[in-house]
Amino acid sequence: MATSKNVLLIFHQEVMYKPIIHNLVRNFDLIFNILEAKILPRREGRLILELSGDEEAVRKGIEFLEAEGVTVKTIADQSRRDDELCVHCGACTAVCRPDALSVNPETLEVEFFPDRCVACGLCETACPMKALKGVNIERLGDAV
Amino acid sequence: MSTKSVEEINSRIREGKCVVVTAEEMIDIVAAEGPKGAAKKVDVVTTGTFGTMCSSGAFLNFGHASPKMKASKVFINEVEAYAGIAAVDCYLGATQVREGDPLNAVHPGAFSYGGGHVIEDLVAGKEVTLTATSYGTDCYPARRLTKTMTLADMRDAILHNPRNDYRNYNCAVNLSDRTIYTYMGILRPRMNNATFSTSGQLSPLLNDPYYRTIGVGTRIFLGGGTGVVTWAGTQHAPLTPRNERGIPTGGAGTLTVTGDLKQMNKRYLRGASLAGYGTSLMVGIGVPIPVLDEEVAYHAGVSNREIQCPVVDYGNDYPQGTGEPLGLVNYEDLFSGSVEIRGKRIPTSPLASVVRAREIANILKNWISEGGFNLGAAQELFPTAPERVKVPE
Repeated sequence: MATSKNVLLIFHQEVMYKPIIHNLVRNFDLIFNILEAKILPRREGRLILELSGDEEAVRKGIEFLEAEGVTVKTIADQSRRDDELCVHCGACTAVCRPDALSVNPETLEVEFFPDRCVACGLCETACPMKALKGVNIERLGDAV
Repeated sequence: MSTKSVEEINSRIREGKCVVVTAEEMIDIVAAEGPKGAAKKVDVVTTGTFGTMCSSGAFLNFGHASPKMKASKVFINEVEAYAGIAAVDCYLGATQVREGDPLNAVHPGAFSYGGGHVIEDLVAGKEVTLTATSYGTDCYPARRLTKTMTLADMRDAILHNPRNDYRNYNCAVNLSDRTIYTYMGILRPRMNNATFSTSGQLSPLLNDPYYRTIGVGTRIFLGGGTGVVTWAGTQHAPLTPRNERGIPTGGAGTLTVTGDLKQMNKRYLRGASLAGYGTSLMVGIGVPIPVLDEEVAYHAGVSNREIQCPVVDYGNDYPQGTGEPLGLVNYEDLFSGSVEIRGKRIPTSPLASVVRAREIANILKNWISEGGFNLGAAQELFPTAPERVKVPE
């Protein structure tokens, strides 16, 4: 079955310069979009990919990445909205391009769909209540 | 025209016979029964709004220690409160930013803590650190004070907001080529999004556009407790042009509101950090409108489709104080998720929480229905428009 998910790859110092993505392309039947990439001062590379393909191929691809020493995190498991802090004002929806945050036109509540989040971090900046957590490529996956 | 007085409505509240509906429920009642029928049926309409409201703050009296002090500089959690009032009185403003904040040195600044957050922390019962300095006098010799206190330790704490509850406001867009960070949120370049900020048909002043009932002495829901309208707000503008339903088509009336901070609730009083702009306070307000006659009923039945606001460019026109609005849009369209401006379909985002506004209107409705909240008759009415629209049959 076809599937698609947004993942964060963390390349630690030891594997930072290995051609891992090249091998992922060549050996697995996967389609991916690079959504964001960043090299951090602590000598760590970070890459956000939208991985799509056959469920089995996605699973094998992730297994391969982990075997190569890359930490793989599913963004949907990392991005959180603190419902105690959120007041449903809607400011975040002004910047969310993949519609992971949107206003329900009936209830006017702000709905959060973590599966669509690409961890661009813009909602963290936009939220007056600081209710959105872990949606930024630099901090995603860090112990909270 | 048949009329009711606030006193009559209050005695109905005491008898448990008062008919109260929210401003949203009133829309259908006026549509179905006409203004006359609605006025006969309904005694009170409750409104609500919850959003970032600058021009908010609290008067705090932190009490004397021994020896006594005439504080000339006061900081609470490193946020300065204006102390030039009296010995131990100060005014903590919502937009005052914590000392040492990097501000916009790296743009857009995060403004993570300010006066609005101190107010929220106080209302939440958290401990805050107050520091004060003085030059010392014969009667007030102390020169330095540091103490940890909670809201309960304050001698007095009065929320006093000189301009809240703006009636209507701009719809903001950005015609420039760069992303801008404003008090109207983040606006993408070349008009790629639009933001707006009132609760529309639930908003207090939009339901009483000629200030027939809301005036000095009107009792209100304020920050989870009760408060009072104490004056027209600063920048109160009764002469803003109006549409055929009598609704101003731009920023117009405002309220000064006051209440005891000690009985408020953090759910309805929240510190806000607006990236690139500063700090502020989100305030929850609910105003009851006594349905004195069919004209009041007609106006309290206003719906989002009948309320328009101007589209303003915050990329250049607004900051420079130049230009004209790009047009008018109505709230029904704004709440639908997109509007058409100059032939372009643009996604819209609200900045005020209608979810909370609705909650407030319902709480106020319950307070009144259960007999625990009397209406305050306006003792002084605000400046209004010289002519009013005619109420249809």
